[in-house]
Amino acid sequence: MAVLEGPRLDEAKEIVGRYPEGRQRSAIMPLLYLVQSVEGFVSRDGLTEVAGLLGLTTAEVEAVATFYTMYRLRPTGTHVVSVCTNLACTLRGARDVYEAAYQAAGMRHGQELSDDGEITLHEEECLGVCDAAPAVQINFANHDRVTSEQMRELVGALRAGELPEPARGPAVGSFKEASRVLAGLESEGASA
Amino acid sequence: VSATFERRLTRDWDDPSVIGIEGYRAKGGYEALRNALSMEPAAIIETVKLAGLRGRGGAGFPTGMKWSFVPMDTGKPTYVVVNFDESEPGTCNNRELVDRDPHRLLEGTAIAALAIGCTTAFIYVRGEYLAQSLVLERAIREAYDAGFLGRGITGTEVDLDVILHRGAGAYICGEETALLSSLEGFRGQPRLRPPFPAVEGLYASPTVINNVETLMSVPDIIVRGPEWFREMGTEKSPGTKLFTISGKVERPGNYELPLGTPLRVLLEDLAAGVLGGRSLKAWTPGGSSTPLLTADHIDTPLDYESVAAAGSLLGTGAVMVLDDTDCVVDAAQRMTRFYAHESCGKCTPCREGTWWAERVLARIEEGHGTEEDVPVMRDMGKHIMFRAFCALADGAAAVIDSSLQHFADEFEDHVRLGRCPLRIPHEEVAPAV
Repeated sequence: MAVLEGPRLDEAKEIVGRYPEGRQRSAIMPLLYLVQSVEGFVSRDGLTEVAGLLGLTTAEVEAVATFYTMYRLRPTGTHVVSVCTNLACTLRGARDVYEAAYQAAGMRHGQELSDDGEITLHEEECLGVCDAAPAVQINFANHDRVTSEQMRELVGALRAGELPEPARGPAVGSFKEASRVLAGLESEGASA
Repeated sequence: VSATFERRLTRDWDDPSVIGIEGYRAKGGYEALRNALSMEPAAIIETVKLAGLRGRGGAGFPTGMKWSFVPMDTGKPTYVVVNFDESEPGTCNNRELVDRDPHRLLEGTAIAALAIGCTTAFIYVRGEYLAQSLVLERAIREAYDAGFLGRGITGTEVDLDVILHRGAGAYICGEETALLSSLEGFRGQPRLRPPFPAVEGLYASPTVINNVETLMSVPDIIVRGPEWFREMGTEKSPGTKLFTISGKVERPGNYELPLGTPLRVLLEDLAAGVLGGRSLKAWTPGGSSTPLLTADHIDTPLDYESVAAAGSLLGTGAVMVLDDTDCVVDAAQRMTRFYAHESCGKCTPCREGTWWAERVLARIEEGHGTEEDVPVMRDMGKHIMFRAFCALADGAAAVIDSSLQHFADEFEDHVRLGRCPLRIPHEEVAPAV
């Protein structure tokens, strides 16, 4: 079974069509997000299909996918929790927040995916929310001025199957659904 | 001080109606584009040149001059690329500008496109700004529907398409040639210049790449004129700029100020001082890539020339504040870890140098430093600075060099005592309201 088939294949073709004639290679990045929205990460099959759509080799697509941190190349949680620990956030207590996230997710240091497969925890570089540090994103939706206690509550909610409302901006759903938005597509029907 | 000048870029921030195109037009939005449509490209460029607008993304290069370098007779298309990859640690003013006033960015982009004869513009937005990409998607749709984008804009024969392209988490893509590589579907690695993007940029065609704040400054310049723009700021750094202030301050945030306003005003009047009444120890004027300054520099005017004279760079105008309880070695190590993580790997001094520097800094911070480590760090900066393709390496070296320049005693104390004399406090800090 292909990763991109049926309506997903139509969407892939629409994405390729966004770029100027002869410049279809530019569609690699949104196509990788589309693959991620289907699989929850980018598998080798996904890389090969993107390559096929653009007339590239799998290696050429893999070279791109491995460069950027927002493409997950290994099985990933339903939700991705990103905790910024860059300087502005660390000055406001981000290291404790990151530690609290680990504990609340029941994870060991070095583990990136929780045992139940629900949460991937990611230590982030600057998320551009220095005015509301410490900054946290859940599936790229923002949570501002997060304390350790709030971090535990956020992770607790995710483990209970709830998705907390972001501090700002629209709620876009799970990591798969957020990946669909990142592909420039409406989020409805993401996990169909 | 905040009340003694008329806000420009942030003047409509209290009015959420401008997020929609009707509200934006009610405030005179898209009038500048109409004016520009009746001007020759050379006249648009001349107006921006006379205003003295300088690029707000960090380098401060004169915007009008950048546009004038684009040849329009090569037979190739020309491109405008908006750099909304805002990733410099400590910087978030572009995010708030787009959140609160997205149409001003589209209008500025359209005027830049007219100036260089471009019919396809790209906005490269960092992937983590998912919310802002949705704000822009809606604004773009509205602008097409209202006839400010698309075929024959405002009934003229001018076409302009805007394509939104999302990044995927790579600081280096804020570097303009790396951004172009990324937009073309490659790894985001910088390219050798020359050829400069103005001559051979996106798809090997003449390209202008501008920061969000730069382009958002353009509509007012067209409507109100260069003289108006120069009423604020300094002779060489005209206009206002948004500053982000973060870290140990009472009221972190984005604040607009005339260029040349001293740090003291930003820190004490707007950000309400150092958190908890503690004292200022060190600060970055323009993100982590600009050399640290100290409390002795609190009266430095924040403009390109004055900050350079003080030994640093205005950069993105992102002030991160350390107080007297914060450890400079720890901060330098955290910033260096960032560069080690974000180095694209192309150039050895950057790829290897940042990795080793972080290890040595960590060793010093953890109390295992040796007497050789401080001289090694002094030497390290010299072997990284100006020895790589792009400025990422220079930013990494600036952190190391400036922290040693101003805080050598603190490094030596770590080694002598075998521990950090000043841990970054781990207690929760009450959120600023």
